[in-house]
Amino acid sequence: MSTQKILNGNQTIAEAVRQIDPDVMAAYPITPSTAIVETIAKFKADGLISGEFVCPESEHSAMSVCIGAASAGGRVMTATASQGLALMWEMLYIAAGLRLPIIAAIANRSLSAPINIHGDHSDTMGARDSGWIQIYSEGCQEAYDNFLQAFRIAEHLDVRTPVLVGLDGFIISHSMEVITVEDDDEVKKFVGEYKPVYPLLDTSRKMTVGPIDFTDYYFEHKRNQIEGIENSPPVIEAVGKEFGQKFGREYGFFEEYRMDDAEICIVVMSSAAGTCKDAIDEMRSEGKRIGLVKPRVFRPFPHHKIADVLKKQKAVAVLDRSSSPGAFGAPLFTEIRSALYDYTERPKIVNYVYGLGGRDIKVEHFKEVALKLEKIADTGKVEEIYGYINLRE
Amino acid sequence: MKKENWKELTIGTINLDAGNSVKNLTGTWRSGKKPEFIEGNCIHCFFCWLYCPHFAILVEGDKVKGINYDYCTGCGICSVECPPKEKAIVMVKEEIKLIERSAK
Repeated sequence: MSTQKILNGNQTIAEAVRQIDPDVMAAYPITPSTAIVETIAKFKADGLISGEFVCPESEHSAMSVCIGAASAGGRVMTATASQGLALMWEMLYIAAGLRLPIIAAIANRSLSAPINIHGDHSDTMGARDSGWIQIYSEGCQEAYDNFLQAFRIAEHLDVRTPVLVGLDGFIISHSMEVITVEDDDEVKKFVGEYKPVYPLLDTSRKMTVGPIDFTDYYFEHKRNQIEGIENSPPVIEAVGKEFGQKFGREYGFFEEYRMDDAEICIVVMSSAAGTCKDAIDEMRSEGKRIGLVKPRVFRPFPHHKIADVLKKQKAVAVLDRSSSPGAFGAPLFTEIRSALYDYTERPKIVNYVYGLGGRDIKVEHFKEVALKLEKIADTGKVEEIYGYINLRE
Repeated sequence: MKKENWKELTIGTINLDAGNSVKNLTGTWRSGKKPEFIEGNCIHCFFCWLYCPHFAILVEGDKVKGINYDYCTGCGICSVECPPKEKAIVMVKEEIKLIERSAK
């Protein structure tokens, strides 16, 4: 039987970890993900989980432990945020390069300087080319659901690629929500038993993991690695569908909200999408034909699927909670704008950076964006392709 | 040696071909100096065999027989470790060239 529980984002991740009970959990506490690590440590101390809990001296070491444990053949997870993810950097690439299905829960937080502990997507967006699959969550329920699905996606034999699940720091990690926690046995059944492919602990087979490659093999091994994430879209879809059949909450690459007859559209990920839905409901009641597209999976990015939805719009605003200094727009924007390039029929498109360092984005801000979109749709002209929301100018 | 394409490689860079470093002819790195074996001075202590980082000392039974130049990088450790006063391995000049050899 599923139960309703009042949990914050960190607790929902810890609850999922308790249910899955991975072989090894290695993590170093950092705000705002500390409570995940703390709660797992408590579960371990209370005898509720049997997996090894390792608390190393840094996040770099935490990911190194994960890589070693996953190479040995274990089901492995970690949790971190911000500077912690940044410190893991070189090991992230190694986890992906070795095709180890490690799962990381990331309580998205800004990067220094200046020091700030609040939520934005700078940390995971910086890791977007590390080869990890990236799934973002709107709230606590989604964080829980995404985390359970992450194991199935990462461990699929065609994929074998690490997955990170993002939950906005504080806004999700520390906010209470009534969520449905599924039955322990049903979760175990859904996630299934983990079967490592080439475990180092299998002493009957001699092998080398992570050998040196020069100009003769590195390129082929990298292409071989890319195949894992390229194989993942049908797996992500099937797992999202199966999750829906089993637990009643189905997931795809992105969510369309009131898009049926929409002429203008906002694209925004994670917790801000919840606020955006309220804004859209209010604007819809005023007769405005506006909708929302909320990307859930950022890597692999669903280029064609999302372009098919957006191509008929008159004007689209892509909202990014991170910046990419010097680039032609922030990460989500450049993906979407690039995806639309091949379509002769395509909308006018603008990019707004919002919420850096946890700066609020409210219903009124989405309404301001809608006003700009209406003007662009009416005139067919984009005056400012790149801007900022709720920034003192 | 035929090199695999990316589809033929084992995932995750895993190398299941244990001992395949024999295909890696480290002797192609050698430049400047090479060890020369003087059989008459050899006391067959096997120090060279023990110290050689590339297993490039040729032995037969309890006798040292010479150097395998396919794998010798010319590091000179064998010569340094060789105990007799009149050394059985001495480093001699070798013309600097990139040695092209096909794999075994």
